[in-house]
Amino acid sequence: MKVSDVATPDTNQDVSGKTPLRPLDIVSRGWSWLFLIILIIFFSITGQGFLNLFNFQTIGADMSLVLIMALGETFVILSGGIDLSVGFVMGLASVAAALVMSSLGSSAPLFVVVLAGLGAGLGVGLIPGLINGLIISRLRVPPFIVTLGMYGIARGAGFILSGGQPVSIQTNSIGQLGNGYLLYLLPDGRYSFFRLPSNLDGVRPSQIVQLLPLPLIFLVVVTLICAWLLSQTRFGRHTYAVGGSEEASRRAGIPVVRHTILIYMLSALLASLAGVLYTLRFSNGAADVGDPLLLTSIAAVIIGGASLFGGEGTILGTVIGALIISIIQNGLIFLSINPFWQFIAVGAVIILAVLVDQAKKKLV
Amino acid sequence: MAGTQPILQVKNLFKRFGGLIAVDHVSLDIHSGEVVGLLGDNGAGKSTLIKMISGAYKPDGGHILLNGEVVSFTTPLEARRRGIETIYQDLALCENLDASANIFLGREKMRHQLGLLRVLDRPYMLRESRQVLNQLDIRIPELRSPIRQLSGGQRQAVSIARAVYWNAHLMIMDEPTAALGVPEQLKVLELIRTLRNQGVPVLLISHNMQDVFAVADRVIVMRRGSKAGEVRISDTNENEVVGLMVGAEYNQVMKQMQNAPEEIHITTHDENDK
Repeated sequence: MKVSDVATPDTNQDVSGKTPLRPLDIVSRGWSWLFLIILIIFFSITGQGFLNLFNFQTIGADMSLVLIMALGETFVILSGGIDLSVGFVMGLASVAAALVMSSLGSSAPLFVVVLAGLGAGLGVGLIPGLINGLIISRLRVPPFIVTLGMYGIARGAGFILSGGQPVSIQTNSIGQLGNGYLLYLLPDGRYSFFRLPSNLDGVRPSQIVQLLPLPLIFLVVVTLICAWLLSQTRFGRHTYAVGGSEEASRRAGIPVVRHTILIYMLSALLASLAGVLYTLRFSNGAADVGDPLLLTSIAAVIIGGASLFGGEGTILGTVIGALIISIIQNGLIFLSINPFWQFIAVGAVIILAVLVDQAKKKLV
Repeated sequence: MAGTQPILQVKNLFKRFGGLIAVDHVSLDIHSGEVVGLLGDNGAGKSTLIKMISGAYKPDGGHILLNGEVVSFTTPLEARRRGIETIYQDLALCENLDASANIFLGREKMRHQLGLLRVLDRPYMLRESRQVLNQLDIRIPELRSPIRQLSGGQRQAVSIARAVYWNAHLMIMDEPTAALGVPEQLKVLELIRTLRNQGVPVLLISHNMQDVFAVADRVIVMRRGSKAGEVRISDTNENEVVGLMVGAEYNQVMKQMQNAPEEIHITTHDENDK
């Protein structure tokens, strides 16, 4: 259905249509990279033991929960919304997963227990996402209000489900999986995947080299899927479009209502995934485990260059934002600085990020 | 053009809002390769008329025929699917997306990746966008920069290119030059001529008489909901058209001015009473 009855103009032009980047573009687009590199150099010089493969593995594994939550928040913020409920949705999912996994215990094979826990966590966690999406898109209530309400509802539901107590899991193999590494190397050249070699005679624990934490691998996979979804698919394109102009999107025939529901469900899905991952790592589930991560995840998205007004932002930006926060938190520990300073540092970086963004808009 | 099937025929279109008759049995025809100006004072019913043609309002009476076939739209999207594109003043573009993304907005071309995954076919969309922009002689320096960074005229051009690409049979433009600087206005007028030469008829709504005289072949004048007149641009002048717009009093005043310029008594009695 396109115009075809006209002369074809010359198509010999440069199809890529690229123009060289101006230095200003590089600074304005890449300031977060620059800041990240400066942070790494700074802590490498000042913090003894910071610049170390194993420390970086720890940073990666530790940031997995907050980054997975931030990935979902990226889609929401890009579409012009906000999701304040993800913290308690994560908690609710961790409780549901922990209840199922602890009741199955070791009565079933490990992968069955984990899959059942995952199913329970995601299934329970998707409900608040669906409700958020329906109310925001169909009843046209502002996302801030709806998800603030859901913040309280998910919190209450999590505590009721868990009976007000953390739900702990007694099965050791689950904790081993959540804290496991892909590859274990022994000094005598032996190695194994996923679990420690069986015979550890004469090997001290400190001699075992552990590479690629499983939560980090999981994080990388989830991040790549999200990046693909946002940059390559129609879903991603429509997310940008709705964030840029809801009215224009509607006029162009984009199913804005359905898309909005899907976005809040995706956000809840990723928060629930973070909840299940928490349960695997810490062998318990509690309603309030995700609460401290909510603002950190939003901060990661904003530091990553996304606009709170929607339409601007990338997955890579969010990854860098989360890395900046995690490296500040981790680096300050190596400097033996009172850990409360990390809140001040991260807060200052959020304000700095928005200032840079504003300056950038004036320059363009 | 006489004898050929009109692209659009409007027959006795009627619309009332409560006691107010906004459009009172208006008929008009638009043929292929024709630019028709729609003029009228504020409140003359121009907007109501085009909103009925573009599917935003449902008529209370009369018919709309597209290529000889009676059509009835319940939403603007339906009208657009049938080839009636309306270019609004507020443009209806996503400013954070580039020209190509806007041209394909909601109708993205997909390709298969690894057999089963469906991904955006960016090179195809970029190629096609460049082609339609070239065809309309539209120059956009950087196709990949967000629409936000383009000038008002360039954005207008992207809207028009989108309509052309998706095979518009009729283009309705509501004050297309209103928000633009003079050089940009000229470009948009040039674009309207290009559209006509490529066979796409344009219904141009404007306050700007000069614009209409610059590009239109015919002008339809509305006054208080009715069609006050329809003249070929080559057979008329601005005075006559203004006369049709404001009614008989104006012609009397003009005559008085010609006869006795010193003693004018302008009477505008029933113009503002209603």
